[in-house]
Order: sequence, then structure tokens, then C-alpha cells
Amino acid sequence: MQDLSAITNWIHSFLSSFMPGWLTTTVECVLIGVGLLLVYSLLALFYIYYERKFCAAIQCRIGPNRVGPLGLLQSVADMFKILIKELIELKHIDRFLFALAPYLVIIASMLTFAVLPWGNGLQVIDFNIGIFFLIAVSSIGVLGILLAGWSSNNKFTLIGALRSGAQMVSYELSIGLSVLTMVCLAGTTSVGGIIEAQSDMWFIFKGHIPALIAFVIYMIAGTAETNRGPFDLPEAESELTAGYHTEYSGIHFGFFYLAEYLNLFVISGVAALLFFGGWMPFHVPGWESFNHIMDYIPSVVWFLGKAFVLSAVIMWFKWTYPRLRIDMLLSLEWKYLLPIGLFNLALMACIIVFNLHF
Amino acid sequence: MANIQEKIAKLYPSASVEQADTLTITVDDAQWHALAQTLRDECSMDYLVTIVGMDWKESLGCIYYLMSSKTNEIVAVKVSTTDRERPMLHSVADLWRVACLYEREVYDFYGIIFIGNPDMRRLFLNIDWKGFPLRKDYDEDPALNPVSIENERQTDLTDTWVEEADGKVVKKEVEVFSPEDFVVNIGPQHPATHGVLRFRTAVDGEEIKKIDVYMGYIHRGVEKLCESLTYPQTLHYMDRLDYFSAHNYHHGLCLLYERAAGIEISRRAQVIRVMMDELSRIASHCLFIGTYCMDLGATTMLFYTLRVREQILDIMEKTCGARMTFNYDCIGGVMQDLAPDFVKDVHALLDVLPANIKEYNKIFTGNVIARHRMEGVGVLSREDAISYAVTGPSGRASGWACDMRKLKPYSIYSELDFNEVIAEEGDSMARFKVRLLEIEESAKILAQLVDNIPEGEYCVKVPKVLKIPAGQYFEIVEGCRGAFALYLESDGTTKPYRLKIAPPCLPLAGVVDHITRGTKIADLITIGGSLDYIVPDMDR
Amino acid sequence: MEVTTKSMPYEAWKDNEYIEKLVNELKESGTNVIVGQLDKLINWGRSNSIWPLTFATSCCGIEFVSLGAARFDMARFGWEVARASPRQADFMMVAGTIVNRMVPVFRRLYDQLAEPKYVIACGSCAISGGPFRKSYHVAKGIEEIVPVDVFVPGCPPRPEAMIYGIMQLSRKIKVEKFFGGVNRQEKQQEFLDSHPVSGVND
Repeated sequence: MQDLSAITNWIHSFLSSFMPGWLTTTVECVLIGVGLLLVYSLLALFYIYYERKFCAAIQCRIGPNRVGPLGLLQSVADMFKILIKELIELKHIDRFLFALAPYLVIIASMLTFAVLPWGNGLQVIDFNIGIFFLIAVSSIGVLGILLAGWSSNNKFTLIGALRSGAQMVSYELSIGLSVLTMVCLAGTTSVGGIIEAQSDMWFIFKGHIPALIAFVIYMIAGTAETNRGPFDLPEAESELTAGYHTEYSGIHFGFFYLAEYLNLFVISGVAALLFFGGWMPFHVPGWESFNHIMDYIPSVVWFLGKAFVLSAVIMWFKWTYPRLRIDMLLSLEWKYLLPIGLFNLALMACIIVFNLHF
Repeated sequence: MANIQEKIAKLYPSASVEQADTLTITVDDAQWHALAQTLRDECSMDYLVTIVGMDWKESLGCIYYLMSSKTNEIVAVKVSTTDRERPMLHSVADLWRVACLYEREVYDFYGIIFIGNPDMRRLFLNIDWKGFPLRKDYDEDPALNPVSIENERQTDLTDTWVEEADGKVVKKEVEVFSPEDFVVNIGPQHPATHGVLRFRTAVDGEEIKKIDVYMGYIHRGVEKLCESLTYPQTLHYMDRLDYFSAHNYHHGLCLLYERAAGIEISRRAQVIRVMMDELSRIASHCLFIGTYCMDLGATTMLFYTLRVREQILDIMEKTCGARMTFNYDCIGGVMQDLAPDFVKDVHALLDVLPANIKEYNKIFTGNVIARHRMEGVGVLSREDAISYAVTGPSGRASGWACDMRKLKPYSIYSELDFNEVIAEEGDSMARFKVRLLEIEESAKILAQLVDNIPEGEYCVKVPKVLKIPAGQYFEIVEGCRGAFALYLESDGTTKPYRLKIAPPCLPLAGVVDHITRGTKIADLITIGGSLDYIVPDMDR
Repeated sequence: MEVTTKSMPYEAWKDNEYIEKLVNELKESGTNVIVGQLDKLINWGRSNSIWPLTFATSCCGIEFVSLGAARFDMARFGWEVARASPRQADFMMVAGTIVNRMVPVFRRLYDQLAEPKYVIACGSCAISGGPFRKSYHVAKGIEEIVPVDVFVPGCPPRPEAMIYGIMQLSRKIKVEKFFGGVNRQEKQQEFLDSHPVSGVND
């Protein structure tokens, strides 16, 4: 399997050959920042197109097909449009918080990109509490949503924001528990370490029953975390017009719109990391030649492929199920997912202690 | 009938009873409330079909149409007052809950104040509207009521007129919302109100404390417009009330005119009309399922149900030439003969329908989220359904057999074999399921008729200038959303003196406050969607 | 310059004179090359991404739903992102009758749309009051309330007619000058000044 860290190491040594250490780090940071921003926007545009086509397929429609070949440029056109739309200045609002909120949301989803394993050796930073960092920064997003709803001085946004607060804080628990379950199995919180632990077999197979339960819980809670249907209460269109971002226009709305899709990617990316080996190809112990063939597929393709397929599952939820009601949503979390998650964690611990996993 | 007549004659000797188109009782306002009580409690006249406001030039008044849910008899009661400056009648809002809304409508159009009605505000027009538009002496000068782009005035108070012990009537102010209430304004531009309906909703967190319904955002004054048009010209407005029941409403008005003018139509025209009615019922219920599921968040269902609707629209388009406003039924029959492909197309529709219904059930009805959101939400009891005059599938879901095709069979419905779908639960799920099952019943009717369309002329000869003999006429048919009643008062000319349209959707909106109390905001969407009101229909 | 959209021959459009007039105006005003090219790019984006506001009052609204459904599928053109909040929409399809009581609400929705914004008057009621023109409670055409860009006649217009109407709007956007033109909205300001709303403080 090609190790992409060779390239990054080469860049590093090339830069440090004629630059002092501090400058090298600075230049690298800028390069990575620019690269991430580029990946970020391209991914968002692709995801918007992907979702529109996917839902069209579910709904027996064609979906965008007029702008550019196969409608591929549709979201680019949308981006141009949204960039130049007017940013409406409202009276009677908290200006500072109103302007801050979309940036908080977008920064939260952006920061998570730092620890996502894009490929073999292609990770911005791999430190020993990677997963912990990921959970920590992804919960900044809820702050942005709460502020957006509060600062807009609008009853709909306020209800949307409070719903969102209740929802995200609750479901964070389940996400945390299912992540913890998998961390137990891996024995490390480092992203690189977790992937390394899956080099012989993905965790979803290795951890069998508890891993499967954790996966289901993770997918449900993850869908809720991203505020997508059937958990799209904060922006339930038929109830609260556009929920917490009702008052936002132009690029500020664009940030919320992009963040929604990027969170979808992050959630499915983390699911790929925890349950399907991140960039790790599909390996079956004992089938050496098969494993070898699998290694030929680049690691970036593996990671993105897994993330896209898992995103498709989440989109499938959205376009099939009706929306939950707020009390159903909370009782699902507190009465079902949380106890099951706790039990599952204990089960996983037993399995590890008695060495019952594959 | 005879026994009502006897009873009334015995108890209220001053009331005059005559058997015209309907059994009509004329009574003094002073005795009206007592008579109403007798009619409701002793003659089981528990369903108030409509209150027709009337301006007879020398006097103002109301005609109350009552129907018994047990014997299906209809009785009309005429009450009038000669005071044009400050006309007052006694309210019956305490006997029939729906009367509160109907009386507000009469107040809005005629300025008749109802003593004892708890909420005497205008219903459709702004609070600062000058004049009462349906009075014959209404000044239509646009300068009096200009089109204003300034925000409408609004108050949290309402008036009520109370009769004191000494017989003096005094006005009192009542609070609709107290200053402490957190009132969320839902609508008129809102994705889930199915048009431009407005709910002012007092909420406590997510819980609904009270809803105040505002209508009139699409009030187009159809009743007034009809008074200036000849009989055939009034027909096309029926397309634009409840645009899903265009055929049914047309059918109703044509029946009324034909009966009044003594026109017999051919059997072929009758069959065509009934088939079109049932086709639009299927199309309407399909759209209901789609939009309802979309309101609940399952957007995809809309696309599946619209597929069937498009197929029906194709059938109609071939024959009627339009997709929505057909203007197909006319006095004497129908406008054009059936398209050559009609029978084939209907067969094709009947072939795909069962598979589609199965698919809807598979995707949505059995879904655990959908069941949790609909079951037990917005329960409406049978008594309340009758008192609030909630007819149609919503009424039948509460166990009230109110299908006018069965109760007052018109056209050829008495010869057809179909079941009236009735559920007992009265919740949103029941309302949803009743409609699903009604699609099957309509398909059954179509299957009986499609191969038996008799030959004959599709439209009989009707005089070019149609005059209807002076008198009062009443007709009630089944639209897609409930009982659609029409009242015509003719003075013998070519234009109606008064054409009252009593749509099924007005009571549907009136019951929202009652069944949403204590539920969540999300349930408001579920309940409103399951009642399936069409706003242009209630506003006219 | 022939302004058209994909797979629509120029001759198929019904009102080319109007568009040609706009093109000539654009040419005469004269812009420098860089701004002109940037204009083109932005207008390409704007004309291909027109998001409607979910706004309907009566029958025409149902045809608008049909337009979104699988048979007519407005998603092909990228118009399916119907926003429920006016702040995020580009145009409002006025589908249905606007009555006196609705006028303030309607005007407010228009004011809430973010620039650049457009209005399509869809159906005879919105254009002139239609069959209800003689009524005491119907606005006789929305042109007196907001500036209208495209009229789509019909009662209700067929979904095909609506597609044609929105395509016309897209064509109109293409020949607008974005820099120093649309984003300044002088004409609109003029209109709004001549139709003032008092008592609105936001």
C-alpha cells in the first residue's frame, strides 16, 4: 500500500532545506489551511449536488441536469449566486452574535477536518487524543445554532434553536458512548492508532455484536447531530419555516447550508473511521492475495468511498422517514439509545476482557 | 317531518311552518333560542349545516339549516329583524359550537350582531373595514376601503354582547390573549397552513395553549360576485373554491339550478358527472396523502402520490381540456362529450391503483414514526364532530356517518354499490386511513360505471336565457372534503338574488383550536394536515 | 448577442424584441472588459440558480407543486430549492389571488426578500384580478404593489407555462448588469419610493 506520508515528508524536508524551522512550520500551516479550505468548499459543492441527485433518484425524478454536463455545475452556480446575495441588516437584533453564529458553525465543522484520516499518512495532525478532540470541536456547532436562534430576535428561530440545543446536547451522549465503545476495542484514542488496529479486519466485523449495536446507535445519533431528517426539528420547514436560520440571508445562510452538508460528511467520515477502518482497505485474515489486490486501491478512495456510501444511508433516512416530534426525539435518546449504549459499553468491555472478539 | 311540524305548532304557536323546498319554520327572534333548543334536543337536529345571512331589503335575517344525524331530515328556520341600523339576533353558539364561526361570518357580511356569541369579531375582513359587503345597499366605492399596503390593525380583545336581566343588551370586551401569553404567529405565509391561513398560537414551550384562527387572506367575495352574474356564469367560481373538488362543486350547483328550473338531464350526463366526481375524489385524496406526509417530513411520498394524480389529470385533460379549472358540468349536462380514450384510460388507472395504495401503506402507514405521530393525536369525538359540523372524511373518522352520497343520495348514487368508510378512533391516523380507504371505494364506483356508460346526449337543450322561478332552494352534495351545501334565493330574474355557498372547510378550520389544546406545535401540523382544509374554500 | 438557454433555439422565444432592447441598453452603457467578464460569470451563476419562495395563495400554487413533482421536475433547472424563508429566496412566484387583506403581508414578504430579487406574476388573478376583478376585496393586479418582472398568463397556467416563465426570468437576469446595475436597484428604489409604507419600522 502506497504511503502518502512519503510525499508530505518530502515536502517537509524540501521546505526545511532552505528555511528556518519556524518559517517551515508557518508555510506548512498556510499550505494546509489553503488545501483544507479548497477541499472543504469542493466537498460541500459536491455534497449538495450529490444530495440533490440522490433524492431525485429516490423520488423518481431526474434532478439537476441543465447547468453544465449532467448538472454538475449546478452547485457552482448556486455558490456564485449566494456569494453576491444581499446580507440583510436587521434592526432589533444582537448584531455581534448574529454575525458570529454562522462562523462558529462553519469553524466547528472545519476543525474536525484536522483529525480526519484522509489517506494513509494524509492526516493533518495525528495526536493521541484525536477522537476526543473531534468530539470536542464538533459540539461547538450547537453553540452557533443556539446563538443564531437567540440573536435573530424571532420566535421561530428561538424555538428552532432551543429544539436544536435540547437535541444536540442529548444526542452528543449517545455519540460519545458509541465512540467510547469503539475506543475500548481499539485501546487508543489516537486516530492513527484506531486505523492501525483495524489493519487485519474492520471493527464492525471484529467487534461483532457490540460493534454493530454501536454502529446503529452512532448512525441514529449522528443523523440527529447533523439536524437532518428525520431529526430535522430545528429547521422543520413545515413547522418553523426555516428554523434557526430563518433570518439569515446571503453567504451567512450559505454557511449554515454548507455546514449542514459538511457535518454530514464529518459524521459519515467518523463512522467510516470507527467502524470501517478509515482509509484501511478491506482485509480478510488469511486471504493474502485478496488483501494484496485491495491494497492497490488508493487509500484516499477508500476513505471517501466509505464516507459517501455512509452519507447515502443518512440521506436515505431523510428521504424516507417522517419527522419525529420533540418529545419522541428526547424519549428515543434518553429512554432507549442511552441505556442501550451504556449496556453496550459494558458488553464490549466484557468481550475485550474475555477476548471474545475476532 | 310531520311529527316535527306538530311539535313546533304545539310548543310555538306563533311560529309559522311551511313545506316548501325544505320544511321552513319562521320564528320571532325572542323565541328563536328556545326553539333551537327544542329542535336540537327533542328532534335531534344536531348538525347545523349553515347559517345563511339574508338581506330582504326591508329586513335583515338568517336562515338556519339544520340536519338530523339520526333521521337525515333537514329543517330551515328563518329569523329576521327589521332594524337595519343595529340589527340583533340571539346567538345559538351555545347549542352548536360551529355557530360561533358561522355567526361571525354573518356579522362580517351583514352586520347582524348575535347576542351571546362569545367572539363577535369580523371573520374575513379587516377590523377597520367600512360597511357590510353582502348587504344590498353596500357602497362598493374602492375609495372607502382602499387597497392598503400598510399592516392591518390587530387587537387581542374581542367584543361580546350580553343580555342583562332587564333585557338591556350591553357590549363587553373579552381578552383573546392575555399580555403574558407567548403568542407565535403561524401564517399566513407558512408552508404548512395549506394556503394563507393564519394561526395566532399561544404556546407554553412547545405546548399549545390556545389558537386564534384568522381567515380572509384569500377572501374573494364570490357570493357577492355571483349576485351580479347570470346563472350559467356563476358556475365557473365553483372550480376556484376547493380546486380539488371542482367537479363535485360544479355538480352540486348544476343540480341546484336544474331542480329549480325543472330541467331533466340525460342518464349519460349523470354517469359522466358521477365518474368525474369520483375521479377528482381519488386525485384529491392522493394529493392529501402527499402533502400530509410532506408536512410530517416524509417529502418523498408527495412524489409518489402525485404520480397517480397526474394520471387522473391526464384523463380529465383529454375530456375537459384543462388540468385544474375544468368548468365541465353545465346546466343540462356536461360541456363536451367524453374523449374517445376515456374508458381505456380509466381502466388503466384502476389497474395501477391497488399497487399504488399498497405502496403508500408500505412506505408510510406502517412506519413507526408515522404511527407515533398520528395515533391518538388530535382526537375528535363523535359529538364534537357533529357539534363543530366537521363533515367529510374527517367527520367519518370520528364515527359520524355523514356521507351525503348515502344520506341524501343525489344523481345516480342510490343505485351504486359502495361503502361509507367510517372509523371510530377520531384521531389523525383515522382521518388518514379513512381517506386511503375512500380511494378504494371511489375506485369501486368507477369500476361499476366505466363499462356501463349509456349512450345518449351529453347535454340537454336548455333555454339560452335561464330564469329560475322565485323561491328558495337548497342542495347538499358531498365534496372531497365534506358536505358542500348551496342555498339559492331567486327573485325570478336571470341572476341569483342570493347564492350562499356553505363550504366544508370553514368548520374544519373552526375545530382546530378545540383539538389542538395541550398538544405540541408539531401536532398542530399533524392535526391541521389531517383535517385537510383548503383555504380558498373556507374564505370563498 | 442571442440570449437563450440550453436546448432552446433563439427563435422559439416569444419576446425577443424586449430582450434585444435590454441587450442594446447594456451595450450602450459600455463597461470595461474585466468588469464585463466578471459580470458574465456572476450572471451565469445568478441566472442558473433561481430559488423560489414557497408562496402560494390558491389554485396556481397547486400547479406549482405539480411543477416540482416528478413529471415536470423543476429540479432539472436547479429551481427546486424552494425556501420557506424569504431572506433566502431569489424570486417569488405570486401564484394566486392577492386580496386586500393579504396585500400588506405580500408586500412585507417582498420587502423581506434579499437583493437581487424578482417577482413573477403567475396566473390571471395575480396579473389583473382575473375572474375576481370586480370583487370588493381583491387587488386588481399585483403590479400596483410590487414591481413585476415576468407575467405568466393562465388560470391556472400549465406547469409548462411556468417553466417558460421562469426561463424568461433567467434570460432576463443574463442581460442585466450586475456591477453598478442590479446591485444598486435604482428602478426598484424609485418604485418603492412611489409606493411608500408607513408604520413599518424594520
